[in-house]
Amino acid sequence: MTEKNVLTAIRDALHDEMSEDDRIVLLGEDVGARGGVFRISEGWVMEFGEQRVIDTPLAESGIVGVAIGMALHGLLPVAEIEFADFIHPAFDQIVSEAARMRYRSNGDFGCPLVIRAPCGGGIHGALYHSQSIEAYYGHVPGLKVVLPSTPADAAGLLRSALADPDPVLFLEHKKCYRAVKGEVPDGRYTTPIGLADVKRQGTDLTAVSYGYSLHLCLDAADRLHQDEGISVEVVDVRTIAPLDKQTILSSVRKTGKAIVVYEDNRTYGAGAEIASTIAEEAMFDLDGPLVRIGGPDIPAMPFAAPLEHYFIEPEPDHIYRAMRDLARF
Amino acid sequence: MVDLGTDATHPAREADDVRIALFRLMVRLRVFEKRAYDLFLQNLVKGTSHLGLGQEAIAAAFGLAMRPDDYTFCTYRGHDHTLARGVPMAPVMAELLGREGGLMAGKGGSMHLTSVEHGMMGSYAIVGAHLPIAAGAAWSAQVRGSGQVAVCFFGDGATNIGAFHEALNLAAIWKLPVVFVCENNLYMEYTPIGAVTAVEHPASDRASAYGLEPILVDGNDADLMFEVARATIDRARSGDGPSLVEAVTYRHGGHSRADPAKYRPASEEQEWLERDPVIVYRALLESSGVGSGTLTAIEAEAEAEIDEATELAKASPPSSVSLIERDVWSDGGSAWRS
Ligand SMILES: Cc1ncc(C[n+]2csc(CCOP(=O)(O)OP(=O)(O)O)c2C)c(N)n1
Ligand SMILES: [Mg+2]
Repeated sequence: MTEKNVLTAIRDALHDEMSEDDRIVLLGEDVGARGGVFRISEGWVMEFGEQRVIDTPLAESGIVGVAIGMALHGLLPVAEIEFADFIHPAFDQIVSEAARMRYRSNGDFGCPLVIRAPCGGGIHGALYHSQSIEAYYGHVPGLKVVLPSTPADAAGLLRSALADPDPVLFLEHKKCYRAVKGEVPDGRYTTPIGLADVKRQGTDLTAVSYGYSLHLCLDAADRLHQDEGISVEVVDVRTIAPLDKQTILSSVRKTGKAIVVYEDNRTYGAGAEIASTIAEEAMFDLDGPLVRIGGPDIPAMPFAAPLEHYFIEPEPDHIYRAMRDLARF
Repeated sequence: MVDLGTDATHPAREADDVRIALFRLMVRLRVFEKRAYDLFLQNLVKGTSHLGLGQEAIAAAFGLAMRPDDYTFCTYRGHDHTLARGVPMAPVMAELLGREGGLMAGKGGSMHLTSVEHGMMGSYAIVGAHLPIAAGAAWSAQVRGSGQVAVCFFGDGATNIGAFHEALNLAAIWKLPVVFVCENNLYMEYTPIGAVTAVEHPASDRASAYGLEPILVDGNDADLMFEVARATIDRARSGDGPSLVEAVTYRHGGHSRADPAKYRPASEEQEWLERDPVIVYRALLESSGVGSGTLTAIEAEAEAEIDEATELAKASPPSSVSLIERDVWSDGGSAWRS
């Protein structure tokens, strides 16, 4: 075990895998000499060479398209998008091509591609460096969408993504990069895609979350326990698609109450899918209203500090209070 | 040193009043960017920001050559282009600080400035996105017969994304009144543009693919930039179609606030610092007979202006959360589920 932050865990895991498997190539804007915006690949161009750490032109559609071609023919590309907000020019390549390749080829071949993209807000990034994009892509069959929130999960899920025969969109919440630290097992362990994780055991209610919101839930749960003895179970979704219904539902069936918390715009967000799954499959196990907390339905996270803060926490302690109200219901 | 080829012939001397106006505008942009940088260091400007220090001649020359109703489209590196259209300093600075008195009331910050009233149609954070949009604005001007011209600024990095090529072709086939201005500062963020581009001059070497004349100019030569701005805008206004200008320049600092620009050779930086457009132009004006007292007075006025703007910006309260859901829809609000 070694204590790391999320950024270091991702870097170390990717580095180790690249050392072990020379089919893996990293491509994206500034990933070479600079080592990427977040310095994940600093020095790697020297270590692995320009054939494996590839500085691309500014062209997201081209980056993903080229990566798909590489994936179809023996390589394991990791396409890095500088910020998730800039992925949209590649939407067509991801949705129309990568995700449909296996179905369209009648199973002849798949597309073992990983696309990494730093997402999420709370870092003064303003309208175009803060967005949540998981819902757009979670809607697409054939594409896996992963969003780890702890260093150990980030490393383990990245290894699974690299080993996965299908395309994986690997989202990294920027606010977790340095703020979240934790113990990371040594060695090349994997964390399965499609499996949620109970991050905190509890009996009174279930909070289902992911991304930076997960940490807000864990914090609120700890304080509620201290202040009022309320016991909150916190489920980390970890994989947006395919969703691990079983872990979520068995927790909800145990506690009888559920609150879903996510940073993205509330409407049509991933939390809507989670909430409707609970409503459809665990309705009669619920002893209270199904609660959903999402971001405001506005086009993007604004810049000024009070506005950005409002996006994440519209009222002081809103998650804590919603949990408390639900527990008391 | 970048070889600017033989296209860059020096223009006839501008009339003195134009030159003084150009100098004044460049100095104003310079003091603004320097102040913005100081305020980052004091942690008053949060988040990131992209300065135009060293690139002022391009925004200033075009700003001066444009008609008040012409359109500017620019990038996240857009403080200069915004100010050059006559937007006052105080609301721009207040926007950087995230204040209620900011140009966007604090919603956008440094990267997202717009002032339709000044023909400033937006600074765009998605690289390349604004090129087709500028072409569309030019189409509208054309069918309305308004005589307006759209001027669209972007970096060297933007020339490798599809939107650049789509927009150039659209503008060329429809002969639109738009001037595309590539500010080639030699780097796409941290990567030398030459390492990721098939041709040496990312914009001008591609002009012929769209049936346009290659226009490659020294973007640090203010007189030359003004000449090019006037000629290309005239051409657009008179119905002769679009132009693609490549202005070679250099940013004095890093790509953004957090970037110390260590990837640039010191000798290259030094060479370009010696070609600082503001300092060079000042010397040029002085040697051509403009009194140094006149120039010093212009600098003092700019300093006074930025001091006052900074005070005004700082005095403005932080943005109120009441505006967070404003202007999502045309009715001013954000409700969309009844
Ligand atoms: C579509 C898109 N991809 C990536 C980015 C991230 N990014 C912001 S600026 C930049 C470099 C742009 O370089 P250039 O066009 O030369 O402009 P400069 O910053 O030098 O003015 C990159 C890659 C972005 N904003 N938009
Ligand atoms: Mg550039």
